[in-house]
Amino acid sequence: MINFLTYLINGISLGSIYAIIALGYTMVYGIAKMLNFAHGDVIMIGGYLIYTFATTYGMHPLLSILIAIVGCTILGITTEKIAYKPLRNASSNLAVLITAIGVSYFLQNIALLIFGANTKSFSSVVSWKIQLLGGEVIIQGITIVTILTSLVILLLLELFIKFTKSGQAMLAVSEDKGAATLMGINVNRTISLTFAIGSGLAAIAGALLCSAYPTLTPYTGAMPGIKAFVAAVLGGIGSIPGAMIGGLLLGVVEILSKRYISTQLADAIVFGILIIILLVKPTGLLGKNIQEKV
Amino acid sequence: MSTLLEVNDLSVYYGVIQALKGISFHVDKGEIVALIGANGAGKTTTLHTLSGLLEPKEGSVKYNGQELTKIAPHKIVKLGMAQVPEGRRVFAEMTVYQNLKLGAYTRHNATEFADTLNMVYSRFPRLKERQYQLAGTLSGGEQQMLAMGRALMSHPDIILMDEPSMGLSPIFVNEIFDIIKSVNQEGVTVLLVEQNAKKALAIANRAYVLETGSIVLEGNANDLLNNPSIQKAYLGE
Repeated sequence: MINFLTYLINGISLGSIYAIIALGYTMVYGIAKMLNFAHGDVIMIGGYLIYTFATTYGMHPLLSILIAIVGCTILGITTEKIAYKPLRNASSNLAVLITAIGVSYFLQNIALLIFGANTKSFSSVVSWKIQLLGGEVIIQGITIVTILTSLVILLLLELFIKFTKSGQAMLAVSEDKGAATLMGINVNRTISLTFAIGSGLAAIAGALLCSAYPTLTPYTGAMPGIKAFVAAVLGGIGSIPGAMIGGLLLGVVEILSKRYISTQLADAIVFGILIIILLVKPTGLLGKNIQEKV
Repeated sequence: MSTLLEVNDLSVYYGVIQALKGISFHVDKGEIVALIGANGAGKTTTLHTLSGLLEPKEGSVKYNGQELTKIAPHKIVKLGMAQVPEGRRVFAEMTVYQNLKLGAYTRHNATEFADTLNMVYSRFPRLKERQYQLAGTLSGGEQQMLAMGRALMSHPDIILMDEPSMGLSPIFVNEIFDIIKSVNQEGVTVLLVEQNAKKALAIANRAYVLETGSIVLEGNANDLLNNPSIQKAYLGE
């Protein structure tokens, strides 16, 4: 029972990381209507930025996270401008999808070139831990920090979207770009802002992921990126609470199946669940049913 | 009367298909001008080009003497031109109030916003009753009112209306045309695109008839209403 509790908390923590990444996927999809498959690699770049500034230059971890957030935000906006924006009105959605995959490999190989293929050991940004029930349950500080961070991010995002002009503009653009333009909303600027927020969140996810699983390679972001994409689809792509629920569900299922079923099968179970849920509810758990009212 | 909007030799293409074949028309300050024509004549294309959603290949759109085709589309609202698009295109997932607030996106004065909102609510009491309801749950007529209210929130000098009567019940159609008339009487110029030519000509000062991308006829709305070929082609008489 006590073990189960520990696993559950670890699952929620891993799920929180997936959720933060999934938020980036889902917001970009909701607003730009594209799947940014390079999103996972932005996490990896964030990880390397933190590693470089914290470990190599000995800066304070929080300061290096801040630098990574700024760096990833700039990276996100630049990629959108250079690689995705010119394809926005392309006749096929496939063009921008393939480009995103290209950007993904580009970022991985840039990291390979700069940092090499060796695994870097990342030192956690949080080193304390707490003991419960007389030392029977040990919870790493990073686990708690991760869960709290994701809750704060979700809350801030909801407030931003509900109560700011830019947030409302995002909703408008996600529904109807043309009508949003007729309101005087700068659609390009709104899309850039979305990429900026998503990439900034990816940097935070990078810090949390590398602290919980302290190895860093150019491929670190790929698998969590895919899983967060699954989480976003599971929750209903385009929905912010959906990304959160999808992420948490995925993290918990993954950790529990690793512990109780099989380490090797864990990923198969995770993706199996995706297939089953999509068969039953193709729009995802909180996905909108697309209805046209005339 | 001074000219507010002047369109000259406007040509628009969708790929290789030419949707507008060099049309020219003008709208004077304070007028209601109707643009009538059948499906696919290029009416919506014209309005989308005026609002900057489509880029013309040739020609000019002068608004208050300023060339609009060189201005970023989202800046056009700020100059005083609003559009009530075809099919309403309200933001269905947002509340009535949020929709109206987006209508005032380019306005930054809080007291002005409150005044305008009151003005819109008194013109459309039904919107006030439903201000916290999602726009997607409104009836077609109510959505049309919301789309109009949303356009009015930007304090326009001219409103481009695209098929405001489409898909509405006859009672709503009459109501919508009454509203267009009264909005115009309060000083807002109207460019009205309609398939319901009879209703449009009844409230318009002047009209242009668009046929497969060209203007084939223009004149006083009353004269066109009594023109036998118009009656035959568009009024079903």
